Amino acid sequence: MSLINNLVEQLINGLRTGSIYALIALGYTMVYGIAKMINFAHGDIIMVGAYALYVFAALLGLPAPVCILLTIIVCAVLGILVERIAYKPLRNAPSLAVLITAIGVSYFLQNVALIIFKATPIPFGSIIKVPSIKIGGIHISGITIVTLIVTVIAMAVLTWFINKTKAGSAMRAVSEDKGAAALMGINVNKTISMTFAIGSALAAVAGILFICQYESLSPTLGALPGIKAFVAAVLGGIGSIPGAMLGGIVLGIIESLSKAYISTQLADAIVFGVLVIVLLVKPSGLLGKMKAEKV
Amino acid sequence: MNKKINKSVIINVILALVAYGVVMALIYGGLLGRQAMSIIIPCCINVMLAVSLCLLVGFLGELTLGHAGFMSIGAYAGALTTNALDLPPQIELLIGLLVGGIVAAVFSLIIGLPVLRLKGDYLAIVTLGFGEIIKSVINFLGFTGGAKGLSGIGAYSNYKNFTFVYIFVLLTILVISNLVKSRHGRAICAVRDNYIAAEAVGIKVSKFKTMAFVISGFFAGMAGVFYAHNVGILKPGNFDYNKSIEILVMVVLGGMGNIKGAIIAAVILTALPEVLRSAADFRMLLYAIVLIAMMLFNNSKFRMAMIEKRNLKKAMSIQKEGE
Amino acid sequence: MALLEVKHLGISFGGLRAVDDLNMSIEQGSLVGLIGPNGAGKTTAFNLLTGVYAPSEGTIVLDGENLVGKAPTEICKSGIARTFQNIRLFSQMTVLDNVKVALHNHVEYSLAESFFHLGKYSKKEKEMDERAIEILKVFDLDGQADVLASNLPYGKQRKLEIARALATEPKLLLLDEPAAGMNPNETQELMDTIQLIRDKFHITILLIEHDMKLVSGICEYLYVLNFGMELAHGEPTDVLNDPKVITAYLGE
Repeated sequence: MSLINNLVEQLINGLRTGSIYALIALGYTMVYGIAKMINFAHGDIIMVGAYALYVFAALLGLPAPVCILLTIIVCAVLGILVERIAYKPLRNAPSLAVLITAIGVSYFLQNVALIIFKATPIPFGSIIKVPSIKIGGIHISGITIVTLIVTVIAMAVLTWFINKTKAGSAMRAVSEDKGAAALMGINVNKTISMTFAIGSALAAVAGILFICQYESLSPTLGALPGIKAFVAAVLGGIGSIPGAMLGGIVLGIIESLSKAYISTQLADAIVFGVLVIVLLVKPSGLLGKMKAEKV
Repeated sequence: MNKKINKSVIINVILALVAYGVVMALIYGGLLGRQAMSIIIPCCINVMLAVSLCLLVGFLGELTLGHAGFMSIGAYAGALTTNALDLPPQIELLIGLLVGGIVAAVFSLIIGLPVLRLKGDYLAIVTLGFGEIIKSVINFLGFTGGAKGLSGIGAYSNYKNFTFVYIFVLLTILVISNLVKSRHGRAICAVRDNYIAAEAVGIKVSKFKTMAFVISGFFAGMAGVFYAHNVGILKPGNFDYNKSIEILVMVVLGGMGNIKGAIIAAVILTALPEVLRSAADFRMLLYAIVLIAMMLFNNSKFRMAMIEKRNLKKAMSIQKEGE
Repeated sequence: MALLEVKHLGISFGGLRAVDDLNMSIEQGSLVGLIGPNGAGKTTAFNLLTGVYAPSEGTIVLDGENLVGKAPTEICKSGIARTFQNIRLFSQMTVLDNVKVALHNHVEYSLAESFFHLGKYSKKEKEMDERAIEILKVFDLDGQADVLASNLPYGKQRKLEIARALATEPKLLLLDEPAAGMNPNETQELMDTIQLIRDKFHITILLIEHDMKLVSGICEYLYVLNFGMELAHGEPTDVLNDPKVITAYLGE
């Protein structure tokens, strides 16, 4: 009985980690679909979100809802700024240049945090005070519940936004064909900025949920989850929003089960192994479509 | 044509000898403090790493973020070999270098083969992934000492053995410079410039991508062996994503397809942190800003305008010649 | 037996039938044109012939050798070379190096000799230089051997692409819109050059073109494609006066 309980608990852990990956992966996939670039710095926006929450909650003592709102705004603005300053000028440059620049931005954010907050991990008490519940013999923590609910809501809202609003269809148009979208009167720059803003806002949410779960801040906290979320986005099919969600959840579960039943040290290796396998077997991922190059 | 080649060969030989002379004078003339002496070998190691990465990023045109991973494979393989042997240091190190280089090359091959269909962004991420996988696995394996590290490595490549290390640095530079000016090097550059056209003229992209990876991995592995025998202890954490980025910065700063540039950048970026010891945190920040600034400048309207002006001038003179 | 025999060649992209039941028979040494309105599937046909796409049906036989299923590099070795609709030069390499790359499989030396510039390196590099310059001379590009390919004016870039293709010693040369963007003088020069290389190098040429002056000027036989299907084929005077062909180009 307890074996099953254990398995279910691991699955739920996996769902929770996976939800965070999904939230982050959404940002990656949206930016890749619309701006056609991998925003290496995306993972570090999570870190910025976590530190922002810390500043607002622990240092300034603002009420929780205000902190959350401010954190989301800070990250969204940061996303827009980064795009305008570092990526927009390189829209027509070879993708190697953009990739290197994104790496530079990622490094920049990490080191600014390092200089301001120092390397020593800062403990942080979760501001989400939801009680845990017990179903059968299975213990589910409050933060897990909140994470799952928030993720589902975020995904539903995003899907509605993309499919049912004018701005959303503008985003879809730009991702199909930038030139044609511009000719149709769509403000491409504004659309891309909005994409980064939404992606960063989701990253902020991920950061808040992450930090309330792990309760410890460090400048590099975003790097590894960020890369893993990218693996999730690729797994699900980069450019596909349902794919990012699916990829995130699946990857979270794989990681959780690997950690529990194989080895903690190898769990990371397995996650990246998934990436390699996907790219070899079906590069377009579970739900994505490949675009062929014109010869 | 031949006269040009011979002249540059002579110049390069003179440069190499002068550099050697200067460093030897600095070491044995007692002109350097302890601190300064200790960066000589790291400079050499980083030159080897930068030049080998330059082959991939500058000449093959592919961004790889797992270079530190091959360095670590070489380091561990070499260190385990010398730890197991009981021979005179130079010989142990030589064997260790060969083992380290070859093992790293073999892994480059294993990793490279499946991965080489990918391009650009995907290749970069996968190499990053492999770097992390290598780190994880080394952490996990017992005989590598795991997280605690592999210690007790002989100090065979400290500044006292500069000559030995320098020879291998020169070898790295020689082989890769020569390769680039050969038919194989041209094939690699063709893959970078236009892989579809390359295939159309009979250049098999996967073959030359693999070739570049394996050669690059071999020299990274040897650099790793020197590293191991310089610091005396290896921990998986030394060879992470950050190290790969550090080397990338050197290659980018040196001007991507520019071997001499990579060498100079490697030396400066190894020596500078020691000079700027107190501003360690700011160093990384500076790296980040430099990376961004370089990319923005390279692709800026200003530079584009400069290049176009230059092209136009050249084109006009070509037209004039044709008339 | 013709040099190139194409039978019932076809390919679908999703639901779109890009090339459908294409049949061609090209004699050794001939100069053949492949024409048709934009989007007719001409470049797709070239891509099929050079192994960039694998056909859904049909056969391609070059000099008795079946080419279907072969990779582009193998097809190059079998003897087909091509130029591209949008010029694909090795932009960061010199004019000379662009041609030398194409000689890779014809003038060989080992990797070890590349590492150390020893052994056959010097001799073979010299041989490659000479062969490359010889080809460039035909196109009047030998004077610009050290110029970066991307710095060449447009017309010369197109010529360089042809020179590079020739360096692979093909039996069949596919030219994709070689006269695109050229003025009448350049086009005339190109027409002369194409005939010259056909005669001098004893090769067969299949070209895609929209410039009717060039097509009627040098092509000995024409195939017309429309919507992926063969509309007509025959001698230029017949084909170009065929009402079906005229309608296809000009519309109803």
